[in-house]
Amino acid sequence: MHEVALRAEGLAKQFGGLRAVSDVSLDVRVGEIHAVIGPNGAGKTTLINLLSGDLRASSGSIAIGDRPVTRLSQERRGLAGMGRSYQKTTIFPQFTVFENVRLSAQARCAKPLRMFTHVRRDEAVNERARSALQTVGLHDRARVTASLLSHGEQRQLEIAMVLATDPRIVLLDEPLAGMGTAEARTIVQLIATLKAGRAVLLVEHDMDAVFTLADRLTVMADGCVIASGLPDEVRAHPAVRTAYLGNNGL
Amino acid sequence: MDLLTFGVQLLNGVQYGLVLFLVASGLTLVFGILGVINLAHGAFYMLGAYLAYWIAKYTGSFWIALVGGVGISFLAGMLLENIFVRRLYGRDHLAQVLLSFGLILVIDEIRQIAFGKDVHSVAPPAFLQGSIQLTDVLSYPVYRLAICVFCLIVAAAIFYVIRQTRIGMIVRAGAENRQMTRALGIPFDKVNRYVFAVGIALAALGGIVIAPISTVFPGMGDHMLILSFVVVVLGGIGSVAGAAVGALMIGLTDTFGKVFFPTFSSFSIYLLMALVLLWRPNGILGQREV
Amino acid sequence: MAGSAAAAKDDSVLPKPSLLVQGLTVLVVAVAIALPFLAPSYYVQFATKVLLIGLAAMALNLVVGFGGLVSMCHAAFYGLAGYVLALTTPKYDPASLWLTLPLAVGTAALAALAIGALSLRTRGIYFIMVTLAFGEMLYFLFHDTTIGGGSDGAYIYSKPSVAIGSFVPLNLERANSFYFVVLGVVGLSILLLRALVQSPFGHALAAARDNERRARSLGFPVYRLRLTAFTISGALAGVAGYFAAAQYGFVAPQMLGWHLSAMLLVIVVLGGMRGVTGPLVGAVALLGFEEVLKSVTEYWKLVEGLVIIVLVFALPGGLRQLASMVLGPRAEAPAAEPALPAAGEASRA
Repeated sequence: MHEVALRAEGLAKQFGGLRAVSDVSLDVRVGEIHAVIGPNGAGKTTLINLLSGDLRASSGSIAIGDRPVTRLSQERRGLAGMGRSYQKTTIFPQFTVFENVRLSAQARCAKPLRMFTHVRRDEAVNERARSALQTVGLHDRARVTASLLSHGEQRQLEIAMVLATDPRIVLLDEPLAGMGTAEARTIVQLIATLKAGRAVLLVEHDMDAVFTLADRLTVMADGCVIASGLPDEVRAHPAVRTAYLGNNGL
Repeated sequence: MDLLTFGVQLLNGVQYGLVLFLVASGLTLVFGILGVINLAHGAFYMLGAYLAYWIAKYTGSFWIALVGGVGISFLAGMLLENIFVRRLYGRDHLAQVLLSFGLILVIDEIRQIAFGKDVHSVAPPAFLQGSIQLTDVLSYPVYRLAICVFCLIVAAAIFYVIRQTRIGMIVRAGAENRQMTRALGIPFDKVNRYVFAVGIALAALGGIVIAPISTVFPGMGDHMLILSFVVVVLGGIGSVAGAAVGALMIGLTDTFGKVFFPTFSSFSIYLLMALVLLWRPNGILGQREV
Repeated sequence: MAGSAAAAKDDSVLPKPSLLVQGLTVLVVAVAIALPFLAPSYYVQFATKVLLIGLAAMALNLVVGFGGLVSMCHAAFYGLAGYVLALTTPKYDPASLWLTLPLAVGTAALAALAIGALSLRTRGIYFIMVTLAFGEMLYFLFHDTTIGGGSDGAYIYSKPSVAIGSFVPLNLERANSFYFVVLGVVGLSILLLRALVQSPFGHALAAARDNERRARSLGFPVYRLRLTAFTISGALAGVAGYFAAAQYGFVAPQMLGWHLSAMLLVIVVLGGMRGVTGPLVGAVALLGFEEVLKSVTEYWKLVEGLVIIVLVFALPGGLRQLASMVLGPRAEAPAAEPALPAAGEASRA
């Protein structure tokens, strides 16, 4: 079995009187896509925020490989090999597509903050950016300002940015949100290729995509994990059926 | 320093702090609820003082000056909100800073045209003149005590309105989540106008109230502006309770500073602010988590 | 769906200017160099003043336009350097530029480092208020104490000397020589700023402006980036202040005051925050406008205030917006405004 790249144990998050996440444990292995699903308000976004460091956990622990990262900031977790895409597209709108990806690649290079050389001089960084763009299929839009891209293309860009940092762990927060069928198909194919050599955690609502992509599945409701395991097992789980009663089905 | 002198200075510090609170509460309300930074806030404080001088001069009555000054400022606030401030909601802070700076230049020139560069004084109302004799040599002006009482009443009124009334609840809801409040059908635009006008009126009230014990001079607006900013930053933006805490701290620091190290009294206020920010970057009662 | 060739570009941070602008730039530089031979001394001195304010504004723009932070204390760095010159110049003799300039700029940089370190822990509106307050702190330091003559200020009777030993290349007392030195300093500063802005550092800084969360999650040390930019910016403002003090022969607390800081912001917005030299254009425009106004009416401040108000509502993109309105729109990315967090971050009343 592939090694565990990301492990969370007993994660909880409290907002005043509200328990958004209670006692959630899961792990993600290299070479797999572990999907997290659940109805609205289940705590999925909070979970991903806890994992990436956008939010600090009230209790519990998170580790990347052997290394505990519960107390580390987003920046540090990023440097430790974690990459994440956001539900609301977070690219750099005033930069071009290429520059966006180059920034990601730059963040990981040996000297990310050099002050007196022109950005175009670092060929290694440029090359990483170009190949990330190739992978997601945006290389012919390289010189377009990011804010002018279509919604689907911006999602592709986000994934390219995550890829350019060469992460071991990829957290994807509803990458298909608001997409038409054709666009969604492209992204689904893209996500499928991501797991080679990486551990992917996917939070999604789109059930078709989830069942196409997931190697393992965790279902959340009201902040807790109600089922976890192989997709077919989870599908048949009675608690899961109850949680989804009334929604478009499994 | 004996106990009595200490007590007198303490009273002075509290009184100054209370006036600061009056002015700063207006600023923090406008920022906390409208999300607008109003650099011209100090200019309205100054305008209040000048209006007090002018109205008192022509009517002979401090009370008319008080009511008139507040009334005029309130109306001016409504007008300004309608014409300018309304267009700034959602605009970035730089635009707001520049607008208020432009307003300051305009207001200052208007004051210069109307009242000149002279320094003026205003007499307190007759029954508040004079002092209370504390010892053979020490007496405390009645008017200063009156200021304390008055400011406390206004402060209590503000807290009451915000905590206990419906309009206060709307105002607080708006501070937390503007869009949601609007979606609930509450006529937020009207509320905004009133809040801004009240904020301005509070600044003017501060100026009117302080006029009898301090001189009415052109630079007073600037000075008060920076101080109220420090108070608001210290206390936490949007928090009226924070403004109270901050104002008291500043009032006391300034007063005792002037007694013990006069050349550094202003400097020490900023030092205080720097230290507080090191400890709490969002102010004492400001939001904790970013 | 947008994808026309007009929208494609290579460099977003410092886009390559059009041929027209490039031509104009060459023309302006030529005129600037030839100015002392073309115009009477009054205009040369005016140009010196404009260049220095422009330099301070360009320094500020590193933080405002490229960093996305509205700093209200930059005049403090400008004035501080001026005061250092005043305090190190002997009563009737000139001070050595080689000693006093580094000292002045170093002091300004240190102040920027200290103020920045504290202020950058705050965000958005807090940052503006905190920088404003710190600027005032320095103002009061010089206004209330007897350092540098208190509220009256201090005189600098001799301009700094450029002599090294007995070799005297220039005499700064001569307006033309002073002008050329300032022109050279400003030119060098522009080159420095351009290099900074187009470097990995500059791109990371601008990225943090565009989307702080994303920059952080990529691993960029946003606080450090901004502090570095703030310090460099303060140092450059100090360079401008040093020469300004030398030019006027006088320093006063107003040189540190927030009115000047606000004016610098107006100039930055007026000139356009997109490029490095925008603020210099803004300085020419505003100071030129002021000159004209002053000769027309006594109440020029009123007019200036009204113009600023109009500027905010009608021309948020500054003169560049005006230029593109006049010359015809180009398919460009929208004008940059510092992407500060929305005002909704304020806490409850």
